[in-house]
Amino acid sequence: MISIYKRPYLCTIVKKEETAPGIFDMTIISEEITRQAKPGQFLNIRCADTLSTLLRRPISICDIDKEKKEVRFVFQVKGEGTRLLANRSLGELLDVLGPLGTSFTVDNSFSRPALIGGGIGVFPLLFLANAYRSSMDVFLGFRTKEMVVLEQDFKRICPDTVIATDDGSYGVSGYVTRLLEENIKQGKNDIVYACGPEPMLKKVQSMCSAYGIPCQLSLEQRMGCGIGACLVCACKIRTPKAWEYKHVCKDGPVFWGNEVLFDE
Amino acid sequence: MNDANMKVSICGVELKNPVITASGTFGFGREYAEYYDLSRLGAICVKGLTLNPRQGNRPPRIAETPAGILNSVGLQNPGVKHFIEHEIPFLKQFDTKIIANISGNTIEEYCRMAEILYDSGVDLIEMNISCPNVKQGGVAFGTKADTVYHITQEVKKYCRQPLIVKLSPNVTDIKEMAKAAQDGGADAVSLINTLLGMAIDIYTRRPVLANNVGGLSGPAVKPIAVRMVWEVASVVDIPIIGMGGIMNGEDAIEFMLAGATAVAVGTANFIDPLACVKVVDGIRNYLLSYDIEDINSIIGKVELN
Ligand SMILES: Cc1cc2nc3c(=O)[nH]c(=O)nc-3n(C[C@H](O)[C@H](O)[C@H](O)COP(=O)(O)OP(=O)(O)OC[C@H]3O[C@@H](n4cnc5c(N)ncnc54)[C@H](O)[C@@H]3O)c2cc1C
Ligand SMILES: Cc1cc2nc3c(=O)[nH]c(=O)nc-3n(C[C@H](O)[C@H](O)[C@H](O)COP(=O)(O)O)c2cc1C
Ligand code: FES
Repeated sequence: MISIYKRPYLCTIVKKEETAPGIFDMTIISEEITRQAKPGQFLNIRCADTLSTLLRRPISICDIDKEKKEVRFVFQVKGEGTRLLANRSLGELLDVLGPLGTSFTVDNSFSRPALIGGGIGVFPLLFLANAYRSSMDVFLGFRTKEMVVLEQDFKRICPDTVIATDDGSYGVSGYVTRLLEENIKQGKNDIVYACGPEPMLKKVQSMCSAYGIPCQLSLEQRMGCGIGACLVCACKIRTPKAWEYKHVCKDGPVFWGNEVLFDE
Repeated sequence: MNDANMKVSICGVELKNPVITASGTFGFGREYAEYYDLSRLGAICVKGLTLNPRQGNRPPRIAETPAGILNSVGLQNPGVKHFIEHEIPFLKQFDTKIIANISGNTIEEYCRMAEILYDSGVDLIEMNISCPNVKQGGVAFGTKADTVYHITQEVKKYCRQPLIVKLSPNVTDIKEMAKAAQDGGADAVSLINTLLGMAIDIYTRRPVLANNVGGLSGPAVKPIAVRMVWEVASVVDIPIIGMGGIMNGEDAIEFMLAGATAVAVGTANFIDPLACVKVVDGIRNYLLSYDIEDINSIIGKVELN
């Protein structure tokens, strides 16, 4: 009998590879997650069964394979939680809550979307690119050459994917937002999807508003429950009169650009 | 033995089992209702309410510390009237008790809220005089015995439901506060609220929380909470709701042996959305394995060395 209730899933780790220094590409098996997941959603992962790192860690879904029931995510080792996750072995069971949060709006009536990602913000865009598979522009920013990951995965869907590095050691030199700006100045894109560090999101937001193009931004905030109950993951969202605190885990992580209010 | 009595009573309100959700960790139950039938809970204590809606503090509002978390939500909530109109009807679908947790800037605000809740259908009122995350009120009422006595006496006048006073651990002697609450007319006390703490990012030299300081909860606080429940049990006759770091049935039993009639589960809900029902099952398993027919028979039964 299928339960009407959600629950954390115990998923077998079937792939793990360090694709760049400190960047891990992991795949787990979950029929339930592949059935429900939409691009932009995330998983809340119990990195190890220990009380020392108590909380789950939010990690975006990078891609899914419905036939193989595979869920792929890519993460960077930052602190203790992601370090423990990177130490997990093939065949072990991972305790995963998800898919959680809102997703990117996939609408084939847009003629040419632009996807822009920076750093760890690149990872969820692969699932989105796969959902479109039409003509699109993809701009990916990394710090330096050795941190570039997922290039071939994106190029398989969008051969013209542009890679930029902050230090110019690979691809185009400088920030990806400059490349996006050239594109939208020429009126090439009618929707923009962005995920990455806050300065990048701010730039995308102001650019899209200047050129009158809708954009969706994926936000990050420190989380507790991941399901909308504890109210710790607050972000400022515009209301007709002022703003209110909404919550990244449930009302987001994906918001329309014109809703989001960044602090100065 | 194939079943044990799990029912406990808090000042005349019968709970089907001693497990309550800790205020602020369970919202108004909606999110967790997607994970299990809320009727399995002894009671649901909702997010801390204030007279008017509050936005809460700036993010980041959470920091992880060894075996615990610091939070500085700052009582973000839609206000008591919104709660009555929009949340109580939802909660009433479930066969469980509802506890309204209230906070105020002034004694008058607490009284006004008790008045507004008079006909609301909530089963119990928990007066939070121990929130470390708001500037006015909150913990300011909970750290001096004479103010605890005074506010309890005043608010009690307006309460139809039994009044639980939620105590702060950020005091020199929690027994004094518990006695003051009992003398003021409290029907029960609950403890502990969070312990004031701080975490600093050594690379940016800034506190992790935007609010600089926040309340510590989770397994890290459990030994302190158990000790405080035990101390309070030695000086009051009213029921105690024990909480602080309960992760499973064994932890809950520990609080009950120390003197708690019921327990609340908070931070554990974040790690496992099914935590509360697992605590219920864990308590039952303990009773069955040790042939204990009635849960009430273990309350306060710690045998001192
Ligand atoms: C919706 C969402 C999706 C994300 N997707 C990815 C992804 O696909 N790949 C990836 O590498 N990272 C992603 N992150 C960031 C990732 O969650 C953090 O890097 C991770 O939680 C760090 O944990 P830690 O124990 O290694 O680091 P620590 O710094 O030791 O963590 C301490 C605490 O802070 C929290 N924290 C620290 N950094 C962040 C952050 N940037 N965002 C939220 N919480 C943080 C941790 O969860 C933990 O509770 C995402 C974050 C969010 C909110
Ligand atoms: C995120 C968060 C929010 C909280 N909000 C409230 C609140 O609104 N009112 C209240 O009385 N206690 C609040 N608390 C305290 C808990 O109810 C409980 O007393 C404390 O967390 C200890 O239990 P635990 O260790 O099981 O979490 C909050 C705790 C957390 C972690
Ligand atoms: S993490 Fe609990 S509400 Fe978002």
